[in-house]
Amino acid sequence: MIAVVKYNAGNIRSVMNALHRLGADATVTDDPVLLRKADKVIFPGVGEASSAMRYLRDRGLDEVLKNLNQPFLGICLGLQLMCKHSEEGDTDCLGIFTENVKRFPSGKVNVPHMGWNNCNELKGPLFEVSTPSPLRGTPPFKGESLLSERTLDQGASSPPSERRGVPQGRGGYFENSDFYFVHSYYAELGSQTTAKCEYILPFSAALQKDNFHAVQFHPEKSADVGQKLIKNFLEL
Amino acid sequence: MLKKRIIPCLDIKDGRTVKGVNFVDIRDAGDPVELAKAYVEQGADELVFLDITATVEGRKTFAELVEHIAEEINIPFTVGGGISSVSDVDILLAAGADKVSINSSAVRRPVLISELANEFGNQCVVVAIDAGIVEGNWRVFTHGGRTATDIDVFAWAKEAEHRGAGELLVTSMQHDGTKGGFAIELLKELDAITSIPIIASGGAGSAQHFVDVFQKARVDAALAASIFHFGEVPIPELKNELRTKGIPVR
Repeated sequence: MIAVVKYNAGNIRSVMNALHRLGADATVTDDPVLLRKADKVIFPGVGEASSAMRYLRDRGLDEVLKNLNQPFLGICLGLQLMCKHSEEGDTDCLGIFTENVKRFPSGKVNVPHMGWNNCNELKGPLFEVSTPSPLRGTPPFKGESLLSERTLDQGASSPPSERRGVPQGRGGYFENSDFYFVHSYYAELGSQTTAKCEYILPFSAALQKDNFHAVQFHPEKSADVGQKLIKNFLEL
Repeated sequence: MLKKRIIPCLDIKDGRTVKGVNFVDIRDAGDPVELAKAYVEQGADELVFLDITATVEGRKTFAELVEHIAEEINIPFTVGGGISSVSDVDILLAAGADKVSINSSAVRRPVLISELANEFGNQCVVVAIDAGIVEGNWRVFTHGGRTATDIDVFAWAKEAEHRGAGELLVTSMQHDGTKGGFAIELLKELDAITSIPIIASGGAGSAQHFVDVFQKARVDAALAASIFHFGEVPIPELKNELRTKGIPVR
């Protein structure tokens, strides 16, 4: 059974729809017993950090969540709440990750960061594919744009050593894939970063520590690549 | 790099897809969910569903349709048409929509924009502006483009932004249905005076029109209906063309 954490932050329905499309048995719950018992836990979220943390603390869910041992996936606000501290409402978060959450600087570029953006330097099991999948959404011609975009956006600025840790061919399916983002706050890059994205500045598109996984984008809204990522999580 | 978005728009009446030319002529173009799924497979980045039903029964059908769309579709979608209150939006977002688009009701009662932004967040409030030229000036039109107001389009765009709109969906009445290209100058000026994403709408007839609107008006997204519905500009070919011209697309 997959438990989806019920709290005062939205988009639970989209996550449930995505799980149903994959045929998963999922329940929305805030019952600590069910959360501990579940095979996997998903922590979704669209909302505001301080009120969400207050809600979790009032119910003792903060302690429950950070002590879970099964595969755990935070999405969007979920990722931010798993970090150490968020600038949104000056909030101390769950502290599963050591990274901090900051607001995108306002200026000429639109905030929130909304739309499809590519992720790079992918690491960890969420982004691994054992066999190349012919799923639609990453057509073969992507390979061409991948090369030119990397050269333009990334290649020149990031030294080769930075990319040495990325297992070749494993994150291949997802490397440079576009995911759907909607957020005004971002987690900084750090030792637990497992995917990078760039908007105004480079930030953590995904983080992982042991059984705790988190993505800033919305896999449930990211077409086939997102669905594949959720499937990877369900197969952990 | 953030990608430019291609958004097919589906007009819905009594749960079925229809097509509008200059918002008047209507033709049945199929089942919304099937059409939506086809667009997702083609690489559409988002979808917009506009309910043009006038009856109470039709509105109920629309909410049920939204639920069905949310179950089947794994990309973001916006719904609009006849939304005038927080409770209208509550129903549609609860049914699974990601964003709502408001138009005439926001012109009538601009505070609606702030109410929705406060309740649901800016990112799910799209303010649709129908713009038409009246005596040489761009004015806001309401009621599906049938009623002219004396409101200046540029002033209204800024007000919508200040009140909390997350995006502006701008349709030029002059260009809509003509297939002669988007209203580049209007969109360019709107982009210059606002700092929220602009979705260009009205006038798409060829892939080159999309290239132009992204390169010249620098909008974030472009929306079209009939050219997608009737396969005149297939989305995969459109995206290849945009990619060839150096415009970032998914």
